[in-house]
Amino acid sequence: MKKLLLGNEAIARGAYEAGVKVSAAYPGTPSTEISETIAKYPEVYAEWSPNEKVAAEVAIGASISGVRSMCCMKHVGLNVAADPLFTCAYTGVGGGLVAVVADDPGLYSSQNEQDTRMIARAAMIPVLEPSDSAEAKAFVKRAFELSEKYDTPIILRSTTRLSHSQGAVELEDRVEVPDKPYEKRIDKYVMMPGMAKKRHLYVEDRLNRMAADMATDPLNRIEYADKKIGFIASGIAYQYVKEAMPEASVLKLGVLNPLPKALIEEFAKNVETLYVFEELEPVVEEQVRAMGIKVIGKEIFTRQGEYSANLLRKAVLGVEDYEAPTAGLPARPPVLCPGCPHRSVFSVMKRLKLHVIGDIGCYTLGAVAPISVIETTICMGSSISTLHGVEKAKGKDYIKNWVCVIGDSTFLHTGVNSLINSAYNRSSGTVVILDNRTTGMTGHQEHAATGKNLKGEPAPAIDLETLCRAIGVTRVRTVSAFDRDALTAALKEETQADELSVIICRAPCALLKGNVFPNKVFVDAAKCAKCGACITCGCPALSKNADKTAKIDPEMCNGCGLCASFCKFGAMEKREVLKK
Amino acid sequence: MSTNIMIVGVGGQGTLLTSRILGGIAIEKGYDVKLSEVHGMAQRGGSVVTFVRYGECVREPIVEEGQADVLIAFERLEAARYHHFLKKGGVMIVNDVVIEPITVISGQTTYPTDVLDPLEGKYKIVKVDANKIAEEVGNRRVFNTVVLGVAARHMDVEKDVWLRVIERTVPPKTVEINQKAFLTGLGE
Repeated sequence: MKKLLLGNEAIARGAYEAGVKVSAAYPGTPSTEISETIAKYPEVYAEWSPNEKVAAEVAIGASISGVRSMCCMKHVGLNVAADPLFTCAYTGVGGGLVAVVADDPGLYSSQNEQDTRMIARAAMIPVLEPSDSAEAKAFVKRAFELSEKYDTPIILRSTTRLSHSQGAVELEDRVEVPDKPYEKRIDKYVMMPGMAKKRHLYVEDRLNRMAADMATDPLNRIEYADKKIGFIASGIAYQYVKEAMPEASVLKLGVLNPLPKALIEEFAKNVETLYVFEELEPVVEEQVRAMGIKVIGKEIFTRQGEYSANLLRKAVLGVEDYEAPTAGLPARPPVLCPGCPHRSVFSVMKRLKLHVIGDIGCYTLGAVAPISVIETTICMGSSISTLHGVEKAKGKDYIKNWVCVIGDSTFLHTGVNSLINSAYNRSSGTVVILDNRTTGMTGHQEHAATGKNLKGEPAPAIDLETLCRAIGVTRVRTVSAFDRDALTAALKEETQADELSVIICRAPCALLKGNVFPNKVFVDAAKCAKCGACITCGCPALSKNADKTAKIDPEMCNGCGLCASFCKFGAMEKREVLKK
Repeated sequence: MSTNIMIVGVGGQGTLLTSRILGGIAIEKGYDVKLSEVHGMAQRGGSVVTFVRYGECVREPIVEEGQADVLIAFERLEAARYHHFLKKGGVMIVNDVVIEPITVISGQTTYPTDVLDPLEGKYKIVKVDANKIAEEVGNRRVFNTVVLGVAARHMDVEKDVWLRVIERTVPPKTVEINQKAFLTGLGE
């Protein structure tokens, strides 16, 4: 049966059909749907782990015990999981182990544009890269076989475009793979210097063997056509080549590490002009050059963003045949939703003129005008330690008007260890946990403090307040994110205190299922002074009528009342309405 | 040859659901099909784009500049933002409503209300106030299915197929209202 599947759904399906038994991940666009899909198969144990490092270790443990296992992450998640995975490259596997890593060329929802293939090379982990949903499913299955054959973890690399595109996929049955018997192998699984030295030799030999074998493996293939021009391409970029120049010859790589040297040499010999067409970094190009082969790559193709067939046509053929876009249109950046608790918190921080160190989540949108309060965003869990660094550099008094903000899910991801550091090293900073009871940006995933797990089953819920106290923070309090007076008082007090403090701002995400909004805000045009103060709260439900009076879209308004609290003229009223 | 459709709008307007209905149509008609969607941060009220391509053999999942047969826009400014993705003489279906982006709301810039005027003559532009029609049908939220109905007038797919695919794609409780919205858009 053929079914339309997202690349991510196809990856999950492939793992299911390959007999995977354990899957662990932390949500991260564009990889999230892999876990959400695989969780629906009762034969697979699937979990949200607090972060990617933990997820990778769970998968490694399952693999060592002899079952096929998987961990999934976005590209920056690989940085978090790098520690276990780099060494797992040495130990190798028991049951097949696949780490799915989804890159984000074009930065649709990420803080950088790093290329997983470069990290995989550093880790000496083989990489497979499919070019559509059908291949995604097939490649995952091959990845498990190769993992066991070569005794190595395998990275299956996706990109946003592949993960979030749908294509027809032929569904097949799951094949139950017998567990491998667990072996006590101290030489293989205990990576202390003596053993690791020997395993490093094994890793080198393994990559050499694989490179030789992959020259004749169907994962890599040459499609000869007109031999004047030849492209080396993989993943979604391969589709762009086929679209733009179907007459050209192509070496389609399915294995991106190690590269099949013999096959590349053969292809290069048979085409007149050779191009490497790869998104992001010149990973293949540089290796091909190192083989002494003349090739055209990044001198005409950009390292930035996503590729397209038009980009290829323009760079290679000099053709650009379409209307010019309309210039000067207003941008439409993403914004915090109407009724978002973060907006309320930010409005208080703005009024108090606080410097706000941000973290990764929806609340990063607090950097967008007109809110513009977030001043730094680095990576998951970084806010608490960044504030600590500012304090240690500049002294306690310097941060009396500074706070950091971190979401509940991000706090549990890697914020906890930063808070431990701040407590242990006597920080006096103010940490604000924006507790919206979910992992918001990625689409409402459960986490260790929500009371449910990935399978939707009841789970123990960590009490954040107790956790902070256990770490040694004595000044911990919880306020409603919408109680601006209480929050104002708390922020004033805690930023002035000479001790580390945590303020938990709690209110569920406005989009969270089951969240009911009994109120809406209405404008009394007669009282409206047309001052525009309400607009500065940055809610997309607000705008102005032609006569400059405030207007609220009743469909969008969730009745949080933040705008009304900005109005000095009593022109906005929060009223209870029947929810449709 | 493939048929290339592009759906643009504001995050939360249901471009994803519309593209999935179109994907279902293509499967039903026995075509090869690819869809491309935007998830994550771009869904938070930002400008969103989804692509649907179907035909004998579809390679890339995106529709590029100058290649769309049909551009379905759920908002006027978004129609203008992506018009150059249309083929010369392509069909633009515009839900002719204004949703001000935050850059306009906050006074950084103004909304260019006449933004479609220079495009007249370049494409076949069909404007519809689907929000109003949806309200008349009985639910403002189904405006996107009204727009789809208008778009269907320019596509060679039988009515029964549309209704069947809508039935199995939209949430079960909303099948009837969505089908009604679609038929109204179709002009029945």
